[in-house]
Order: sequence, then structure tokens, then C-alpha cells
Amino acid sequence: MIPELGAGALVVALVLALLGAVAAATGARTGRPALVESAQHAALAVVGLLTGCLALLIYAFLTFDFSVRYVATNTNLGTPFYYRITAVWGALEGSIVLWAWMLSVFTLVVILRHRRNARELYPWVLTVMLAVMSFFLLVMTVPAPVFARLTPVPADGRGLNPLLEDSGMITHPVALYLGFTGFTVPFAFAIAALVTGRVNDFWITTTRRWTITAWYFLSLGLLIGGWWSYHVLGWGGYWAWDPVENAAFMPWLTGTALLHSVMIQERRRMLRLWNLALVILTFSLTLFGTFLTRSGVIASVHAFTQGSIGVFFLSFLSLVVLVALALLAWRWDALAAQGELDSVVSRESAFLLNNVLLVAATFTVFFGTVFPLLSEAVRGVKVSVGMPFFNQVNVPLFLGLIFLMGVGPLIAWRRASLDNLKRNFVWPTTIGIAAAALVWALGVRSTLAVVTLALTAFVTATIALDLTRATRARVRMGEAIPRALGGLLLRHNRRYGGFVVHLGILVIALGVTGSQAWSVQTETTLRRGEHAELAGYKVRFDGLAASEESNHFKVTGTFTVDGGPSAGTVLLPAKKFYPQQQSPIAYVAYRLGLLEDLYVVLGDFTRDGSQATIKLQVNRLVSWIWIGGLVLTLGTALAVAPERRRTA
Amino acid sequence: MRRRWRWLLPVAALPVLALLAYGFRLDPRDIPSPLVGRPAAAFALTAFDGTPMTFEALRGKVVIVNFWASWCNPACYEEAPVLERAWRTYRDRGVVVVGVDMQDTPEAAQAFIRRFELTFPNAPDTGGKVAVEYGVYGVPETFFVDREGKIRAKHVGAVTDDVIRGTLQRML
Repeated sequence: MIPELGAGALVVALVLALLGAVAAATGARTGRPALVESAQHAALAVVGLLTGCLALLIYAFLTFDFSVRYVATNTNLGTPFYYRITAVWGALEGSIVLWAWMLSVFTLVVILRHRRNARELYPWVLTVMLAVMSFFLLVMTVPAPVFARLTPVPADGRGLNPLLEDSGMITHPVALYLGFTGFTVPFAFAIAALVTGRVNDFWITTTRRWTITAWYFLSLGLLIGGWWSYHVLGWGGYWAWDPVENAAFMPWLTGTALLHSVMIQERRRMLRLWNLALVILTFSLTLFGTFLTRSGVIASVHAFTQGSIGVFFLSFLSLVVLVALALLAWRWDALAAQGELDSVVSRESAFLLNNVLLVAATFTVFFGTVFPLLSEAVRGVKVSVGMPFFNQVNVPLFLGLIFLMGVGPLIAWRRASLDNLKRNFVWPTTIGIAAAALVWALGVRSTLAVVTLALTAFVTATIALDLTRATRARVRMGEAIPRALGGLLLRHNRRYGGFVVHLGILVIALGVTGSQAWSVQTETTLRRGEHAELAGYKVRFDGLAASEESNHFKVTGTFTVDGGPSAGTVLLPAKKFYPQQQSPIAYVAYRLGLLEDLYVVLGDFTRDGSQATIKLQVNRLVSWIWIGGLVLTLGTALAVAPERRRTA
Repeated sequence: MRRRWRWLLPVAALPVLALLAYGFRLDPRDIPSPLVGRPAAAFALTAFDGTPMTFEALRGKVVIVNFWASWCNPACYEEAPVLERAWRTYRDRGVVVVGVDMQDTPEAAQAFIRRFELTFPNAPDTGGKVAVEYGVYGVPETFFVDREGKIRAKHVGAVTDDVIRGTLQRML
């Protein structure tokens, strides 16, 4: 019953979305609001139908309805309740459902929020949203039918990919897809602006919150992905420049560039063409990411299963890119910049440089990701570029970006005078140099670490300087310090929200640098009662125990920290054997700390439990990456909060 | 002049899109196996019906070695009829299909064989030794061994009639 009901609802939704897109476009061209109104009704119906489909799919998972092929492939009777819900988006078909559903919810929000305030653009925004939705509905109906029936109905299913049995998997895809789909809204506004020729700043100011929100969720998705990789995959890292990670990282880079370049347009009427191009690029990259992870064109560790879906995605991607760029070319004259760059030493040029670096990073990541394809096309051999390439090219770019993070917000608009430079940068530069000298004196010899720490100190000092100065100005007006500070944050929330986000990025940068420069590891085989020692930790092997879990067999090792920091802690790394999985899956045991994590992975062991091989790692400052994520969250919340500039 | 040049903007995207389209011509399942071109590892198993199933006895024939499991749904379920069809079509031309069942229970495996009415020899790979020697990543995987006992091709995922026809054409 469920397969037919779900598939039917999807077909109806597809037809409605297509009709709605056509109606909205016709309504806009002929100036008939009734047609736009009916498109709006179609969109609302699609929201309802997709919500119903998602609910139906969740229900099928909860009730083990193996007549649905997707349920049978991604769950079995042993799958715990919790993971039966995450299994909904654990594979290709379901992930598209979640995606389309989020898109429909965003469309609903667009209707509610912008129906009145974006009069001329609105019908075209609706057209684009519905057109994108139609595409995803088409994917759900033809190449990736989530409700396909399985006959005969098997007694039990195959089960979820065990690596996905983790709490990170409930939030990681959700956050990532919120980010991906979120960028559809700015894109829709950009296209609407191009079609109508209203390429002024209206679309930018209207979509500012959308862009920040989408960017934030994308950041969150990337961070949770890193956390998942860190505590599930058991290699002690959080980022591997895998094609799928890159796929999410590229729109993040261009999205970050966009967040900054729109400020130049708002303030100086420059970069109109550039901003539209960035939105188009960002949205195209979200599609490209989906294409990459689902087409199987480039092999990756976390790729979904493949099918004809790649052809659909590439066709749609081509359509989007070509139509959007053609529109851009068509409106070329109207997009000519009004403002001009007055001086190289100015805020405009700092922001411009920031954009150049971010786009350069995007291109290197893109190049590295499609390199296997390129090399096969040109030379006939599949060669991948690995982590060294990505690190070597991107690290200098990111260091440059951190430096600009300090310069950009404080340097004067138009043309910075020597006085302005002195006033803003003498102290921070001194502090940066002092920090470099200090860490050098403390014995740090890694150039990367010294440079990053110095830059971090420099940027933090610029933020502190700006905040003190502004607070002091208010205190002079007679306000108490806490009140002055609070009022500042609330009334200039965009500026200070941005600063807090910058601090978050700095904290993440410290975490990344620390973990790269100072982590240590060892691999050793222990007999029961023996110790492994690393960086002051003494870890004792106490024995192995086997247990039968609901859907797998598990061998757990007991290790006690027997000296050094956190003595007495018991760590229980395990190996999980799933019947549907070839090789066992490691279950990492760790003790997180502010300065260092103790991280144990169980390797081979003897059957009698007398001996076990372990990989022991002490990973430095990794927690700062996750803390940075929290700071980022606070900053974003502050930045999108309603402005209260004129009150009180 | 500038007016015409601006149309290069969309045109510039074409090579990138073409490169991505080129990717479809490649088979992502075509994971280069270091074993291709090497002699296949010999094995000596006992089939589910109790008869011996040894690699030595198959010398001089083209052998399709298929690794499967009864829990491997849907891929193994899709390819089981394909393999049976291949066995019936090509057995007169010196082709043997052998199934190696891995990480499975005998009951479930035998139910699978009955369900698809498989008539080619199938044996359980107790302890997973054969799978390890063939470097199997996951099920299903299929190896094509030529008359000289060398592995000539490896297919990851469910085999189709086309794959079997195409590969055997090169080997017969």
C-alpha cells in the first residue's frame, strides 16, 4: 500500500510543481496576478504532499515495511529505533526526499515572507523555486524512485550501512542539506533580478539573512561531518579532502566570498555582476556536489550508490549554469559598476582580495577534485591528487584570508590614510609579532604554527581594539561598561556578529593548526596487564570481552589509564562485526579534553583475548574545532538578529 | 566589441560541463584490481550438495567465480538469474560458473539457491579464505578466469547479461 500511495503523491506533486512554475512565469510576463496566485496554491500543495511523503517514508521505516525496496535495503529487524529514522536519509533515494522536503519548506517561507515585500521579483522567485523543486521531484520519480516496490517481500532487510549508525548522522545531513537548499533562495532572487532587469541592490538586501543562514548551516554540516569522521572512522582525523567533503566545501567558499562582497555592493554600488555570478556559482556548486556524490563519476569513500541519476543531475546542472550565465551576459550593460576602486589601500580592496583568495581556493579544490577525470581524459590514466596538493595550495590562501580578517573590518573605506593605518594596526601588529616571539621562545618550531598563532593574535587584537574603542566612546556618553557593550552588540549586531563569527573561525584555525602540528600517535601490541605509553599517558590493557548486540557482534577491549593525566579513566574501544559488512568496524574510545584528546582504536587481537594491538593517539587542540563551531553559531545568531539600530 | 565578448561567459562553462559528461563514459565500478592478469588463486571447497568443488578440476575451462551472500539484497538477488542463465547458455562452450557464498548461514544460503533454482556449483567459503585470496571488497564480486587459469576481468556489483556476454566474447 505504502509504495503506491507514496509514488502516486510524488507524481501529483511533480505535475503541480511544473504547472506552478509555468503559471508563475506566465503570470509574471503577462501581469496576471491570478496566475501567480494559483502557482502559489500549487506550491502549497507540493509542500503538503512532500511532507506527507516524508511522513509515509518514516512510517515505513518504523514499521519495517519491507515491501518498500528502499526500506529493505537500508534497515533490518535489528536496526535500533533511533537509526531507523536516520536511515530515512541514509542512502541516495531518501536523501533526495529530505532535500526536496527542505526545499519545499523554504518555498513556503519565501511565500510567507516575500509575497508582499518583493512584489516584482516574487513571481520569478516562485518560478525558480518551483522549477528547482520539479527537478528534484523528477529525480524522485524516475531515476531514484524511493517508493519502488520490492517483490517478493523479504522476511528481513539488508540493514543500514553500519558507519551511519551514529548520532552525527542525524544532524550532519540535515545541516548540510539545509545549507545546500538554503542557497536556492538567493539564487532564485538573483535569477528574478536578472529576468526582470531590476538588478539594483534590492535582491541583495532581501536575501542577506537567507545567505547567512544557508552559509551557517553549511558550516555546521561541515563541522559535524568532521566530528563524525573524527569519532567514527577511527583514523584520528576530521578532514581528508575527499571529493564528497570538497563538494560541500566549495559552495562554502563561494558562499563566504558572497557574504563579504555583498557588503561592498550595499555600501559602494560596486561588484553587481560579480555578486550575481557568485550566487550562480554557489548554487551551481551545491548541485555539482550532489552530482559528484551521487553519479559515481569520481570514486569516493562516502559516495552513494550510483545509477542513471548522474545524467539527470548533470543535465540540470548544465541547464542552470548555461541559462544563468546567458542571463548574466544579456544584462551585462545594466550591471556595469557605478562605484570605482579609489585606492589599493582601502576596505574595498581588502574585501576584493578576500574574494580573490576564496575563489582561488574554490578553483584549486575544484581542480583537485576533478583531476582524476581530467587526467583520464587527457592521458588515459586515473591519477588522484592527494592531501599534500590540497594542503600546499590552500594553507597559504587560508593564512592570507586570516590576515585579511584582521585588516578588512578596520581599514577605512575608499582610501586609507597613513593615520588611519597607524591608528588601527600599530597595536595589533605589535601584538602579533610579540605572539610569534613568545611561541618561538616557548619552543614551537613549526613555521605554520608560529605564523597561524601570530595571525590569530593579530586578528583578535584588531577585534579587541575596535570593541574597546567603541565601548569607551559609549562610556564617555555616560553608560556603564556592561550596558555600553551590550548596546553595542545589539545595535551594531551585523558588525559584531561578523566579528564573533571571525573569532569562531580563528578558534577553528587554532584547532586545525594544533592538531596538525602537535598530535602524536603510536601503534603497539600489548599482552594483558602490559602498558602502552605515549606523551605522559600510561594505558594498561585489561582484557577483551565479546557481546551480541541487536544487529552485530562486538568485541570490546578494556584499557585503563594508569598514570599521567586523567589516571583512572577506563577506555572501551571495540570492533563491531556486522553480518552485511566485509570488514569489522572500529568503535573508537576517546577522552576529550580542552588541550588534548586521548584516542584509542582497537586493532587485531588474539581469539583468547590475551593480546591486542592498539593505535593510541594524543590529538592536540582538536576540541577547539568543535568549540569554534559554537562560537560561529553565536556569531551567526547575532548577525541575523533583527537590527535595533534606531530604538532606545 | 565588449557586447559580443560577453557571450563568452556561458560558452566558457561548456568545457567543464563536457569534462563532467565525459565521466559517464567511465565505469566507477571498474576498480583496477591488481589481480587482473595474474594467475587465479586455487581453492578446494565442498559444495552445498556435498561434492568437491576444486579449482584444479576446472583447469582448461573459462571460469566465472562469483562471490555472493544470501543477505546481499538486492544486488545478489538481481544477478542470480543472470548467472544461472549464463551457466545454461555457455556451459557447452567450456564455461563454468561457480558460486562462492561468504559470511552466511548454510540454511539461508540453501534457501537462496532453491529460490533461484541455481544449478551451477555453489560452495560456502568457510572462514572467508577464498574471499581474502581474491581480494574481495564486498558482495557481489565476479572474477573471470581464462583457460590458462589467469584472472582476465573483475566486476564489482551485480553482473548483467551484457557484462557476461561482453567479457566472455573476449575470452572464448
